Parts: sequence; structure tokens; C-alpha cells
Amino acid sequence: MEAAHADAGGHSAAGGSHDEHEDHESLKTFGFWIFLITDCILFGTLFATYIVLRGNTNGGPTAEELFQMPGIIASTFILLTSSFTSGLAVLAMNRGSVKGLIGWLIVTALLGASFITLEITEFVHMVQAENATIGTSAFLSAFYTLVGTHGLHVSLGLVWMIGLMIQLSRHGITTVTKRKVNVISLYWHFLDVVWIFVFTIVYMMGVM
Amino acid sequence: MFESIKEFASEFFVTGDPLIYGADVGIALTMIAIVFVLTYFKRWGWLWREWLTSVDHKKIGIMYIIASLLMLFRGGVDALLMRTQLVMPDVEFLNPEHYNQIFTTHGVIMILFMAMPLMFGLFNIVIPLQIGARDVAYPFLNSLSFWLFFWGAMLFNVSFVIGGSPDAGWLAYPPLSELSHSPGVGQDFYIWGIQISGIGSLMTGINFIVTILKMRAPGMKLMQMPMFTWSTLSSCITIIFAFPILTVTLALLFLDRYLGAHFFTLDGGGNPMMYINLIWMWGHPEVYIVVLPAFGIFSEIVATFSRKKLFGYKSMVFALMSISFFSFFTWAHHFFTMGSGANVNAFFAITTMIIAIPTGVKVFNWLFTMFRGRISFKSPMLWTMGFIPCFVIGGMTGVLLSVAPADFQFHNSYFLIAHFHQVLIGGVAFGYFAGLYYWWPKMFGFKLNEKLGKWAFWLWNIGFYVCFMPQYFLGLDGMTRRVSTYGWDMGWGPLNMVSTIGGFLMGIGFLFQVWQIAHSIKFMERDTTGDPWNGRTLEWSIPSPAPVYNFATLPQVTAQDEWWEEKQRREQGHKPAPQPPLEPIHMPRNSGIPFIKSLCWFIAGFGFVFDWLWMAIPGLAGVAICMLVRSFTYNTDYYIPVDEVKRTEAALRGSV
Repeated sequence: MEAAHADAGGHSAAGGSHDEHEDHESLKTFGFWIFLITDCILFGTLFATYIVLRGNTNGGPTAEELFQMPGIIASTFILLTSSFTSGLAVLAMNRGSVKGLIGWLIVTALLGASFITLEITEFVHMVQAENATIGTSAFLSAFYTLVGTHGLHVSLGLVWMIGLMIQLSRHGITTVTKRKVNVISLYWHFLDVVWIFVFTIVYMMGVM
Repeated sequence: MFESIKEFASEFFVTGDPLIYGADVGIALTMIAIVFVLTYFKRWGWLWREWLTSVDHKKIGIMYIIASLLMLFRGGVDALLMRTQLVMPDVEFLNPEHYNQIFTTHGVIMILFMAMPLMFGLFNIVIPLQIGARDVAYPFLNSLSFWLFFWGAMLFNVSFVIGGSPDAGWLAYPPLSELSHSPGVGQDFYIWGIQISGIGSLMTGINFIVTILKMRAPGMKLMQMPMFTWSTLSSCITIIFAFPILTVTLALLFLDRYLGAHFFTLDGGGNPMMYINLIWMWGHPEVYIVVLPAFGIFSEIVATFSRKKLFGYKSMVFALMSISFFSFFTWAHHFFTMGSGANVNAFFAITTMIIAIPTGVKVFNWLFTMFRGRISFKSPMLWTMGFIPCFVIGGMTGVLLSVAPADFQFHNSYFLIAHFHQVLIGGVAFGYFAGLYYWWPKMFGFKLNEKLGKWAFWLWNIGFYVCFMPQYFLGLDGMTRRVSTYGWDMGWGPLNMVSTIGGFLMGIGFLFQVWQIAHSIKFMERDTTGDPWNGRTLEWSIPSPAPVYNFATLPQVTAQDEWWEEKQRREQGHKPAPQPPLEPIHMPRNSGIPFIKSLCWFIAGFGFVFDWLWMAIPGLAGVAICMLVRSFTYNTDYYIPVDEVKRTEAALRGSV
């Protein structure tokens, strides 16, 4: 039954079906923009919480004592670079080069993975060396939650990117995979912008 | 061994209350009956293929409505239990602990698991038909939204027989909702039930914004959209700005309870007031989210049943949008008495009062639409007429509450209870009932019995005033909300007795509606016209119930109230414009993933509630697997061939 449907569609509406597919893909990209608005509100709420609670250290370690800026600056640099390489991936895709696309996505994913590694190292150090856990003070609860939520977003992006690379190697560049690459690059840039706010509001304002 | 099982069971299942044992028996019997009927009539496959995996917005809408009516029943039973406890002084029907659980679940269920899904049900059924679209923008996501709501609601609902219900109020203020004050699992059920269904609501918001902005029929300009579509758009915009705040707030409360964080605790530098600000930044817009679509419904009904164009279309649109904007600047009026200072209170008092202006504009527009119209008093119109005085009184008591100094007197009293029930029952419930009666023939192909409907209408309306008018006076007499009993010396007995009688009248009204539906399914004639009310908008131009693809050819829109204009043109003897030839129709394939993925969320949530990682981790893994499987699925749609469209249309209309 369904095969018959597909045949009929492919048969008599070959031209029309392509347009419709194209429409459908741009619709999904548009929806993703709206999703990003909701994600902005989500992070905005976490930032607001952090700003309200950041002075409430409850006698525990403060931001100045905890944050080690060289590591943070390094990971900031890594994340910004990964945003750039994800842009290069999109450029390669627009040139029609699957190899270039997957190559740059691999570079992006590696940079993202090293960002996450640095973040985990930072958290482990804070917990082990400074005894600063999520339960130590309201400041640290807000800190771990805000930065951790960003980290979680990056990690999800990594899983997603790996899945997408497999799909790209199977299907090549099609309307569907093209939209998927555009969407993940949008997501990746968005996380970069959020990190700039994390860097400024959490780390810079914390140590100044 | 046996002892430890017994001990576990006594903690796992709620024990010791005859009401709950009764409910246990009821639930068990219902489950057995459902399983028996499905097996006996060999309907499992049908249920799975036709409903559980369906991505058809009309079927999803019907499932939303069924689920929300069940929740209305549960929330209503909660309400009647409370009214029974308060019928006169010193009643010992519910103990205070049980009473706390009941008012908490009543609030949560009525707002989040009754009003919201009923609203989404109407969105789903009406919006694509009204804008001349074949589907919503993301059919798969739509199904996922429904099942997340469904399993979230189930997770919340099992708490009253398993583990224990939450009892910290419908918005779960800390420190009451913190581990220190609510050590049981009830509060965790609250967090996960709402969180899971809240994600679904957020996705519905995104889905309908895109649907309305991008999928309108050719020619339909924004300022030609039907008013219900406008109200849906404004409601969805409010959803996407408000719901992420709820997501974060509940997540932070969860971290407090689960990992010992200190966001809202009394110790460790936490700030309970932070929670109250955050929850109302979502909570206040939330009441506008549920009421705006009701305004849209009234606008459609008033125009249809007065045989007139809606008065003041542009001002209506402006009013909707300004309400959804201002709704974000009113949240602090929920805690005028918490010491924010005079300037802050003044700001929020003024913004709250400003909201009354666009709302007043709408009421006048409806009245002017009726003015000199040929009004027919069918059920949808009755509910609309019942709504107007009710909402006006509710609005006026709302303005009284928005006066910050006066609020110090009304705060947390029965005056407040009466006010918000007046706007939520009079506005939201009556509105959605009106919508349900109005679009029922479009959903099922037959009208509901008018005679039984009139009984239901009058019982609800009279019951409403009998129930809530006394509560204003009880509030002024000093009765506060959430008291589970009071003494003879307070003098609150007579008014409470009257109020309880009103509550039961509404309960009887609900029974009449159930009877009405059952009776109509059996006896009502089929509607063959597709346009039983002589409607104005596009949904009435197609057969009822609508075929799976909605429109065989997409309509060309040239005016507001396109279908009405088209009927006028035909009456004047103009031939309908020649239809373009049929083309194969692109449709999404059904999918079991939304159901399975939401079930995995349910499992994960249940695991987190009981702190069972062996259950939570596989649940989350299931969610991840479902996402990956979907991402790797490319074969997600199909085409309905022209022949089949022709056959369907011929069967529905008698000819093509």
C-alpha cells in the first residue's frame, strides 16, 4: 500500500515533490531558530539566577579563589576556533565537497571534545582540590548549573555531530543532510555566543 | 524476605486511607476492563496503528481532548472532596495532610493537565483547517508533544496511589517543597510530571507558531487570519517565552532536592524568594496562555451566531498581542505583601491594571458584534453569553486585587480563590466548552444534543455563581485559602454550605455533559453538509470529519472570512472558481517513536522520583536511542495518489 503511494508520488509529481521537500527543509530551519529563542530564555534564566546568587558563598570559596583564568582562556579560544571550523564545514558543503565537510566537522568535534575535557578537568579540580561542590553554597550551585548546562549542550551537540557524520558518509550531501548541517552549525554558533556571556559574566566578572 | 517485601510495599503504595483503597480498586478494575475489551474485540493492532502512532493532527487533537476530559473529571472530584470537607465547621472527612495533597493536585491538574491539553486539542483540530493547511509544520513533533504531555500527566497522577501526592501547593513554593519540608516522593512526582509534559507544551508552541506563520493557504494575509488563529499565535508566542523559565525553575528545584544544591533552600545561601519570582514569571503568563485562545473561540462564535463580521478585527488583534506582551510584566503582583517596596509594587500594580484595558476592548467588540445581529442561541453561543458577565465580574475583582494596598487585605483569602476561579472557569473552561460544542461536528460529524446541553449549561452557570459568590464574602470575612477546617465560632458555616451546594451543581452539570456525549454518539444524526452552523472560516468548507489530507486542493484566500464570502458569491450566482487539477498529496508517515520515547521519559522520571538509577539510566538511554533512530530515519513521508484522493472526496461529498 505504502509502496504504491511512493511510486505514484515519484511517478507523477517528480518535479513538484522536490519543491515540496525543499519547502519542508526550510520550514525545519525556521523552527530551529524559534527553538533557539527558547534556549536563549533558558540560559537567560540561568544567568539571572547566577547573578542573584553569586554573592551567596555561605563562607565557602569565592569566585576569585576558584577560577583559574589561563585554563578558561584556553578553552574559550578552543571553542571560538571550533565555531570557525564549523563555518568552514558549511562552506565546504556549499562547494559540494563531502570530504571537506566531514573533515571540518571532525576538526570541530575534536575541538568541542577538548573543550569538554577541559571543563570536566576544571570541575574535578574544583571539587577535589578546593572541596567546592554543588552543595557547598548557592553561588556554587548556580555556577555548576549554568556552566554545566552549557557543557551539556556542547556534549549533546557532539553526539549529534557524530551521528550526522555517519549520515553524511552514507547519503552524501542531499537536501535533508544539508539542512541538518546548517542546523547544527547554527546550534554550534549559538553555543559559542552563550559561552561569550559565560566567560564575561561568570569568569571575568568573578575574578575582577 | 516476606517482611521486607511487605515493608517495601507499604512505603511504595499509599496505605491507610479508605478513599485511596477505593481508588485503587477503581483503577485496577478500569485497567482490567480496558485490557479485556481491547483483547476481546481484537483492537490492540487498531489502537496502535490508528491512534497511538498517528501523526494526524485531527487524531492527536481528539486524544488531547479525551485525556483532558478525564483530567477534568479527576480535578473535579478533588474539588468536590474539598468542598465536602468544608461544607460546615468541624467536619472530619479529610485529614489536613490529605487536604493539602488534594488542593495541590487539584490546582496542578486543572491548569496543566486539563486546561492546557484541552487548549492544545482545539489548536490541533482547528488551526490547520482554519488556515487551509494540510497539516501542522512538524507532525512527528506534534505526536511527541502529545505523548510527553500524556506520560507526564500519568507520572503526576500515579503519585496518589504510589508513593504519595505532593502537598506543597500547586506552585510548590520553597521551603515547603524542599527536601527539609517535603521529604517524601510526592514533590518529585510533581517536578518530573510537570517537567516532562512542559517540554511537550514548549514544542507545541514552536510547532504552531511555524504552522501559522508558514503554512497558511495561498493568499491568506496575516490580517485575514481567523481570530482563533490569531489567539493561538499570541498564546504560542507567550508559551515560547514563558515555558523555558518553568523548565529551569523545576530543574533547579530538582537539583536542590536531588544533589543538595542551595538555590532555594533556607540554608547555604539559598534564596526561596528567587523561586517565587521565577515561578510567577512563568505562572502569570501561563494564565494568559490558557485564556487567550478562549478569547479567540468567543470571537469566532460571536461572529458565526450573530451572522455578522467580527466587530473591530484590528483592535482585537492588537488587544491579543498587547495582552501577551504585558503578561510578562505583572508577575510580582502575586507577592505584593512580601516586602518588595512601594516602587516595585506600584510598577506591577499599574502593569496589571493596564491588562484590563485590552481585555475590556475585546468585551466591547463582542457586544458590538452581537448588536443588531441575527443571534441564534445554540450551545456554543450560550456558553459565550454566559462567559461575558462572568468574566466581567472576574475582571473587576481582578482589578481590585491589583491595587497593591488593597491586596494586603485580600491576599491569600477566599476573595482571591473566588476571583481566579471566576476568570478561569468563566473564561477558560466556559470558553473551551464553547469551542468543543462549536467544533464537535467538525471532529466527529455530528452535533451534540442541544437539550441535554442546555441542562449542562444552566447547571454549570447557576452552580458557578452559587459556588463562588459566597467565597468573595468568606474572603472578606477573613477565611484564608488552604484551611482544611474551621470552628463554629468563625461564622463561616452558612456561606460554605451554599458554596458546596454550588460545587455539586457544577458536578451534576459535568455529568449532564457526559450523558450528552454518550446520548449524541448513539442518537444524533450525521452532519452531511460539513457546515452545520453556517460558518465563516475555511474549516467549514470541507466535509466532517475532515479527510486525512484536509483539503483536496488548497483553497485560494482573498478575504477575511473566506468561506462566508465564497458562500455569498455562490448565492449571487457566481460559479465557484475552477479547481486546479488534483495532485498527489504529500503526507507524513505514522511513527511509534513518539509514544516509545515518551514512555522512556516516564520510566526515567519514575526512576528519578524513587532515586532508582537502575531504572532512570535505561529510561534516559531509551530516550537517546529513540532520538538517534529518528535522526537516521529518512523514509518519513509518502504520497496519496490522485485516484485515492478522488475516491475519498467522492465518498465524502457524493461527487468531485
